[in-house]
Amino acid sequence: MVYLTRRTEFSASHYYHNPEFSAEENRRIFGKCNNPHGHGHNYTLEVTVKGEIDSKSGFVVDLKQLKDIMNREVIDALDHRHLNKEVPEFEHQVPTSENLAVAIWKRLQPKLSVARLHRVRLYETSDLFVDFYGEA
Amino acid sequence: MKAYLTRRYRFSASHRLHNDAMTAEENSATYGKCNNPHGHGHNYVLEVTVSGQVDPSTGMVCNLADLDGFIEQEIVERYGHMNLNTLDEFQKLVPTTENLCLEIFDRLQKGFRPAKVEKIRIEETMMNSFEYAGGGELAH
Repeated sequence: MVYLTRRTEFSASHYYHNPEFSAEENRRIFGKCNNPHGHGHNYTLEVTVKGEIDSKSGFVVDLKQLKDIMNREVIDALDHRHLNKEVPEFEHQVPTSENLAVAIWKRLQPKLSVARLHRVRLYETSDLFVDFYGEA
Repeated sequence: MKAYLTRRYRFSASHRLHNDAMTAEENSATYGKCNNPHGHGHNYVLEVTVSGQVDPSTGMVCNLADLDGFIEQEIVERYGHMNLNTLDEFQKLVPTTENLCLEIFDRLQKGFRPAKVEKIRIEETMMNSFEYAGGGELAH
């Protein structure tokens, strides 16, 4: 089993707000992230897949295919977007990095046929990241 | 008490991805630019993770000087500033970074005695990396 990680970057804006909370609760729980005009991040995404090495090609997965899938399923949908307003997953869900990592996993997992998805690591800033392994 | 120690090393090498068992078209379709007959190079970063009990007298899992010495002599000397395709292990094996992981892990596991070699990770570029732990699943 060999693990391969590919990194990419995207920039997006969001704000944290749960309509089920009062305005005070939203402010208390989400702090500055509750600013209704939103704010943005340069996200770094690391996608790790696992598989056996193909004896003919020496590859676990064709990196170009993986890059194309990441571009199509994630970057095209999220880069330079407002997550709350333009990404369907966040119509009724707060776009925290936790929820975003899970959403990215769900977008990628069904599209990967050769190698299996092992981990999605999403950096919101260089000091803060979330790992999701597809666990319930 | 068991602890894990990871150290980073660097070496630069060239390679060409090409399998004689495939036609020119298949090679080109499979490897794209990496099939360029003159080869190309990378600045590889190698991360080696070893584990062991923390020695109560030294406070160490293993002496870093031993690990540095081994990697320098057995890995960096062997692969640094080399054309990987010219080495014995890649005469019948395509020098993808996956296969390079297997070769380097094998050399470490066979030769390095002071601590258990848990895992290696190789960055081929800033944007991609490969991990190998002897064939088993990674803990995380």
